[in-house]
Parts: sequence; C-alpha cells; structure tokens
Amino acid sequence: MLGDACRRPRGKPTSTALVTRREAFLYGLCLCCTPAPTAAAARGLREVASGIFMRAGLHEEVTPENRGGIANVGCIVGRDGVLVTDACGSLADGESLRAEIKKRTDKPIRYVLVTHVHPDHCFGTAAFAADQPIIIGHRALRAALEARGEFYRKHLAEILGSDRAGSVVYPTVEVTDGMELDLGGRVLRLIAHETAHTNCDLSMLDVETGLLFAADLLFVQRVPSLDGSLRGWLNEAEKLRRLRASRAVPGHGPVVVDFAPAMDNLTRYLTVLRNETRKAIAAGVSIADAGRTVAQSERDRWTLFDDYNERNVIKAYKELEWE
Amino acid sequence: MGVGLRAQNEAKRVKVRLFALCLALLGATLAQGLTAAELAATDTSRAARWNTIAAYIFGDRKIEATETLIKLEAPPRAQDAALVPVTLIMPEKEKIKSVYLVIDDNPSPLAAHITFGPAADPGSLQLRVRIDTYTNVHAVAETVDGRLFGTVAFVKASGGCSAPIDSTDEEAMQGTGEMRMKFAAAAVPGEPMQATLMIRHPNFNGMQMNQLTRNYTPSRYIDNISISSGTSKIFDLSADISLSTNPVLTFSFIPDGKDPIRVIISDTKAGRWEQTFATPASTN
Repeated sequence: MLGDACRRPRGKPTSTALVTRREAFLYGLCLCCTPAPTAAAARGLREVASGIFMRAGLHEEVTPENRGGIANVGCIVGRDGVLVTDACGSLADGESLRAEIKKRTDKPIRYVLVTHVHPDHCFGTAAFAADQPIIIGHRALRAALEARGEFYRKHLAEILGSDRAGSVVYPTVEVTDGMELDLGGRVLRLIAHETAHTNCDLSMLDVETGLLFAADLLFVQRVPSLDGSLRGWLNEAEKLRRLRASRAVPGHGPVVVDFAPAMDNLTRYLTVLRNETRKAIAAGVSIADAGRTVAQSERDRWTLFDDYNERNVIKAYKELEWE
Repeated sequence: MGVGLRAQNEAKRVKVRLFALCLALLGATLAQGLTAAELAATDTSRAARWNTIAAYIFGDRKIEATETLIKLEAPPRAQDAALVPVTLIMPEKEKIKSVYLVIDDNPSPLAAHITFGPAADPGSLQLRVRIDTYTNVHAVAETVDGRLFGTVAFVKASGGCSAPIDSTDEEAMQGTGEMRMKFAAAAVPGEPMQATLMIRHPNFNGMQMNQLTRNYTPSRYIDNISISSGTSKIFDLSADISLSTNPVLTFSFIPDGKDPIRVIISDTKAGRWEQTFATPASTN
C-alpha cells in the first residue's frame, strides 16, 4: 500500500464483489476465492491452506470503520508456535486479529513478520506486545520506520484517534538477504528484496504448502502503488517467478490466488507504466500532463485506479527522468 | 551587483519575518486546540492570512485581480505533496518583470520569486514544490510599470514539507549539484524556445525528522538559481524551503544562436555549482 495510505478517503469505496467469470480469469483469481473483500465477508480469518489463516483487506482507504484493515493479514501455525504476517494496520485492528488467532490456536505467537514500512502493514504489530514475539523485518525496515514511522502514526491517529492507531515497532531481527525459520516441522524461507514496491519488501515461501507470501510485491484487483523503484519492482517480480510457486497470498486482493497469472497482470501494469512514462519524458511531456495520460489503458482493470495511478506516474517519472 | 545584493538581503529579511509570522500563526492555532483537520480554515481566515502575508512581501502595494496577466495551473489535489507541479502562465509576456509564487500555509510561504531578464520569454514557467496542507497558492506578477497582479488556486495536500524523502530521492541525491538541460527543439536565433533544467539536490528544508535521534536533518536548500544566455540574463530565481527535492524548472528563453546557456546555483550551506549547456543548433 501507498505511503500515505491513511490520507482521508474520498469518493465511495469501490465494490469488488461483482467479478465476472471472465474477469476472474483475467485477474488470475480462482473463483473459490472470490468474491473479494466486502465489508461483511472480510472480517474473519479463513483457513486457506493447512495451518494458514488469512483475512482479506478491504479495497478502501483507511477509515475509522475499517480501522486500517485494508491489507491481507493472518498467520501460519507450526508445531511449536505461530508466525503473524502482517499484523494489521492499526493497534485496534491488530487486537482483533490477535483475538481471532487465539480462537484458532493456543500455540504461542513467536514471530511477527513485518513485510514493509507502509502503515497498513505495520501499525498492528504493537497489539502483539504481550506475546513478546520476535519482530522480523527487512534490513532497511528500521531506517524506513525511523524516517517515516512518526509521520505515518500522526496521520493514522488523526483518522482513528491516537489510542487506536498504534505505535512504531522496530524489528528485533533483520533479514539481510535470506533467512529460514522453522515453526516446528514447518519451514519458512524469507527473502529480503532489493528496492521494489518499497525499499524494504520481504516475501516468504511456506515450504510445506508451496504457498508464496508475496506481500505488496503482488497486488490483485487493487491498483498497485509504487513507492520504491519501478525498475526494481519488475526485477524482483522476476525473482519471485523463479520460485515457481503455483499459489500466492498477495498483499492486497483475494487472500489466495494463482501466482503466475496474477503476477503477469501486475507486471503488465508496471510495464505499461514504465514504457509510457519513458515515452512521455522523451517527448517532453511535463510531469503533470504525464500524470493524467500515462497508463490510462489500465484504468478499467483495477479498483482505486484514479486514486493511485497519477501518483504512480509521478513516482515513475522522477525515477526515469534521470536515466 | 549592489542592487542585486540589496534585493537578496531584503528577500532574506522578508523570509525571516514571514517564517516568524507563520510560527506565530501556527502557535495561535495550536493554542486554540484545533486539530489538523480543523485547520481547514474558512474563506475569511484564508483571506486574512493572505492579507498579512501580502503586507509582509509587498508592503502597501496594491495587488489587482487579473484573469489575463497571470494564470496559475496547480492540481486541485496533490498526488505527491512533496512534488506538486505548478505552472505559471503570463500570456502578455512583454509586460512581465517578475513573478512571485506564494504557498500561503507553508511554514515559509514565499516559495519563489523569479525576476526575468532580457533573454527571457516570460510566457510560462513550470516548477515543482512541496505543499504542506490544504492551502491557497498565490501567483503575483509584477509588470514592468511596477503594478502587481495576482491570481489564486486552492490545493489540497498533506505533509509535503515534512514528508521524509523517499528511496528514489535518496538515490538521486548522490551527486548533489549535478545538472541536466533538455531543449524542446533546435534553437532558431530570436525565436522563443523551451528548456527544462534538472538539478540534483536534496533540498532539505529542516522539517524532516530522524525519529531515532529526534533530530531534524539540518536544512540545506537551493536559495538561488541564475540562468543566462551568454551575457544576457534569462532569469534569477530566489527560492525558499518549498522547492521539491531534485528541482526541475521548465522555462522559455530567446536564444541568440551562438552563446551557451549558463546556470549558476547556490544553496544555504554555501554550495555553488555552475554549468553551461550548448543550445542545440538549428539545422536550417
């Protein structure tokens, strides 16, 4: 999700309940996973694979009603303990998730994995303080939280109130490159990515089920938001493809999708964004005009497109104009 | 030179006074216990604020409303508050001596003052600014006969001044002072042509906080950009805390067909960079 995910909502939240069979195919969804999140459907954990419980985020901006619950969140249960990822977008929502997890398992919560710095993925971490988990983050997460955490917290507190927003929680274990975790007969392989969606993206493969937790390196339905490097994201997408996972948990969208078509869909958007932005720069089109014209062919393929595409173009433009 | 220096000093005094004024206004607002959301002021209070700022910058000079002498294009809602593209359009360009860009609710409102020289084509100017909150943005043109004409646009933005720089900025900051110039077409002597100047500079404005040390990154921003065609001035731009990281300016000038474009930049920590760019020759 985007850096300022907690800006005030505008317009009506986009309903994504109506997905035709053809669209579902195009978007790389399996129909068993749709309908995608609507307020009523989204509020509970669902066991998506053996010992993996997920709750779908809403395709909305942060509001007091959704409490920042706009990203996919959940946990993996092993023989010895539980790993939570992500831990929700606010303290209040993190507390609900924690209560849900406690209903499903009495195993101790040993780890919270924070996939990146964006507020919808990290402000619920504080809700797990009582479990004294190891907080896992990318090698660049701490610096990113130092730079932005307080800024995010303040804006989140304006929407939710400071008692419900949560606090900035720093990682206690940093992933430099890669790492293996064992939850007890359940091995998880973590990858710290180069700058892509953000400069601190982590992904994770559950070896037992082959399920790839792509976090915000994979957006489904909801328009991707670019906050790192466009060229980097396309590179890291290739890296994920080489894992040959058949199914994945995206950071936003249905909680489980077929990986290949979903990633193809994402990289198509990023490629259009890159190519058309380069073309605009070469033709001397201003950043403002580029923002209004680039990647418009993608408009009907994503929810919240008008809320994010223009900003993505501006990010892409300022990255690519120095090429 | 003496006059230029005096003008610069005067500009600095205005900035300091304006900054103090804004802190005072901010203090007053906070003292009333208003939340940021409630900072969305009424039209009346916006007008009052503008009157105060205008008095600081322009003294008792009258600012006439205009729909022809200066136009301001800014997005109604900023996509990236730390990079808001703004275009100033001055259709009756032969009448224009200088333009002021004022972002009323930024901590230091006077974002830029551009004084055109004989080699300028003051028809339009694009720049990128940081905008901190929901605010009026004023553009004021000063004509060669000394009158002031103003126009206004309202921009919804949030946190542009204090927004931490992002990773692409971080990359781009390597090589502070590096410049590039792009020309829209080949130069035809005497015919206006458009150019875009890109500058690598973090433009730290003193409002980005390091949460670990609780220190603000010390301010270091470009305060002057001077562009000439040969010995003939295109414009001087005196800037403040509101230019974006890695500033980009698009402007027009009248090439003489032989001299290169010379750019001189200074920042608030005594940084100085100078570079010349050959104008692409016409093949005719």
